[in-house]
Amino acid sequence: MLKRKDILGLSDLKKEELELILDTAESLREVSDRDIKKVPTLRGKTIINLFFEASTRTRTSFEIAGKRMSADVINISASSSSTVKGETLIDTARNLQAMSPDVVVVRHASSGAPHMIAEAIDASVINAGDGCHEHPSQGLLDLLTIRQAKGSIEGCRVAIIGDIEHSRVVRSNIYGLKTMGADLVVAGLPTMMPAGIEKMGVDVAYSIDAAIKGADVIMMLRIQKERLSNPLFPTEREYSIAFGLNSKRLELAKKDVVIMHPGPINRGVEIAPEVADGSHSLILDQVKNGVAVRMALLYLLAGLKQGDN
Amino acid sequence: MKVLIRGGRLIDPAQGLDGLYDLLLKDGKVADVSPAGKGKSDVATVIDADGLLVIPGIIDIHTHLRDPGYEYKEDIESGTLAAAAGGVTAVACMANTKPVNDNAAITQDILKKAGDTGHVRVYPIGAMTKGLAGKELAEIASMKSAGIVAVSDDGMPVVSSEMMRVGLEYCRPLDLTVISHPEDLGLSAGGSMNEGYLSTIMGLKGIPRAAEDVMVMRDIALAQLTGAKLHIAHISTAGIVSLVREAKRRGIRVTAEAAPHHFSLTEDAVKGYRTDAKMSPPLRESSDIQAIKEGLKDGTIDLIATDHAPHSTIEKDVEFDHAANGIIGLETLLPLTLRLVDEGVLSLTQMVEKLSVNPAAIIGVEGGSLKKGMPADITIIDPEMKFKVDRKKMKSKSKNTPFHGWEMKGKAVYTIVDGKVVYKEDNYD
Repeated sequence: MLKRKDILGLSDLKKEELELILDTAESLREVSDRDIKKVPTLRGKTIINLFFEASTRTRTSFEIAGKRMSADVINISASSSSTVKGETLIDTARNLQAMSPDVVVVRHASSGAPHMIAEAIDASVINAGDGCHEHPSQGLLDLLTIRQAKGSIEGCRVAIIGDIEHSRVVRSNIYGLKTMGADLVVAGLPTMMPAGIEKMGVDVAYSIDAAIKGADVIMMLRIQKERLSNPLFPTEREYSIAFGLNSKRLELAKKDVVIMHPGPINRGVEIAPEVADGSHSLILDQVKNGVAVRMALLYLLAGLKQGDN
Repeated sequence: MKVLIRGGRLIDPAQGLDGLYDLLLKDGKVADVSPAGKGKSDVATVIDADGLLVIPGIIDIHTHLRDPGYEYKEDIESGTLAAAAGGVTAVACMANTKPVNDNAAITQDILKKAGDTGHVRVYPIGAMTKGLAGKELAEIASMKSAGIVAVSDDGMPVVSSEMMRVGLEYCRPLDLTVISHPEDLGLSAGGSMNEGYLSTIMGLKGIPRAAEDVMVMRDIALAQLTGAKLHIAHISTAGIVSLVREAKRRGIRVTAEAAPHHFSLTEDAVKGYRTDAKMSPPLRESSDIQAIKEGLKDGTIDLIATDHAPHSTIEKDVEFDHAANGIIGLETLLPLTLRLVDEGVLSLTQMVEKLSVNPAAIIGVEGGSLKKGMPADITIIDPEMKFKVDRKKMKSKSKNTPFHGWEMKGKAVYTIVDGKVVYKEDNYD
């Protein structure tokens, strides 16, 4: 079992812990292929999905994961910041604690918000994405997907391409992949490359061609021009010419390269439709693995707490 | 009423004194300074200062008393009590209250309230522009008549270079120092900590050093253009230390201050999303601390000021990027500065210059010396007293300090303003 209360990021998870989560997820994957998609593992457990930021994919994935394990799952959509209500984030957390949940799944636009909540309450907290910090369940489902496709993560060359600075997916992936022995390169525009990223132990490239050459895995990131108050590149068209992944560029990569994307994809911007839908793409496998990984996390945090029955 | 402070180590750079003296206070003034043992003993009140340091009262030229308008964070009564407990005998309070101190009526209100409820002297600083909006000059001359000692839009930079030029020119004949809060709001937008590897792995938007450096470059150029007195607030970068050093070498009228947190803490203090270590400008790296210490040592940085910035839990127990900037500092100023003396960065004489002599000169107020006839504003320090910082015991209404739990050495045990003891440490008789 996991000897920790919370899953706030992959930065401090050891290799054995990552492997335990991935192995557990692997064994739970088949529940979703059954006719009756339900096991009683988390019966009587309460899971609160506390989402301060809009999300369809991640929230639904956690909800399905909880329900397939027979937990009671409650979704709460909160306003983006607690301060507008005149109460603090800590107040919000304590109010939830008073209702005795077993697991609180937190999504927040502010980095560190799940950490503050985790410190304030006894229930387990799973970070479902905080600001530009971490998105551990996404990182884990990416690890699972790569392990399935390549047999082993160790020694894989992974290229992550896009808006590195504003991506929580990147940070979780770097930690998880490095711990599992992969070799990484991140690539993007210099205006979207965060300070000191190379100290995380990755190569840095400013050209997509350089990054994908020799890569076993290419992970494309969504370009969210609409979320940037001050766009860091002139037009989507120009970005696409410089950093879009299309079938011509793909010829530079290894023949058995796999393509991943945390979604939602911008067709024709960072990824051409023929690549997103092509034979190298694992985008839908990622989504399926997302449910399995989240089932594993909920099980490992809440499942065996009382008496290991 | 007479008070005799007997046998303490008096450090008074203005008189060139550092030795054991008796200090006689009468009617709020220093009446006599004589070698230890020679002071008259027919005095009602005698303070035995054996083993203690006796220095001209500490003057903190950068505090936020939050009064009027934000009394739930701090008010003049609580803020000046915190000052007294920290050995500070006078504070200059910034203008970013609600309403802003941008006219003589507010200045008078602050002084009235300080007279009624204050524990130490209060010197208001007036806004340079109306409402701190950076658009038009505040009534600076009227405020000066009412009692302001300097001018600043602190909390906000003056964005327009032309506005800053006009402000400096306007203040020059009034002989008022203009205090600049140097920050390029474009470069700092959305940022909540130092920009670098740590901000990257914490997923927080960083504030590059350049956000401050470029504004200091501009302000130095404008000080040169106008000949006015410019003071740079809360230096956090090595770059500014070099800029100020060079400007002084060229004869430009510029002075500068550093806050204790900027020479005591690195950005590591924000790890774990500790909002009590969030401030503007942000905590930076050890190389910056080193440069600030060098600047203090060689005189580039004239003084130490707290930037005491109280905030309540409603502003601090929130998401890091939403949390307010600032920490309280009045009650930790002295022990943190004494650490510099222990480290050999400053001599005790230099410490007194940074805490009392230079602040008095820069805002043009009496103080900074215990010469006969000067106001009897005195800080008496037990340099060996050890204590643990406990936010619950602090006098400030707000408890936002990153120094909670720190073991400190050196504390003000008597704070004397106008010849009266306004704070006395327990067990000191």
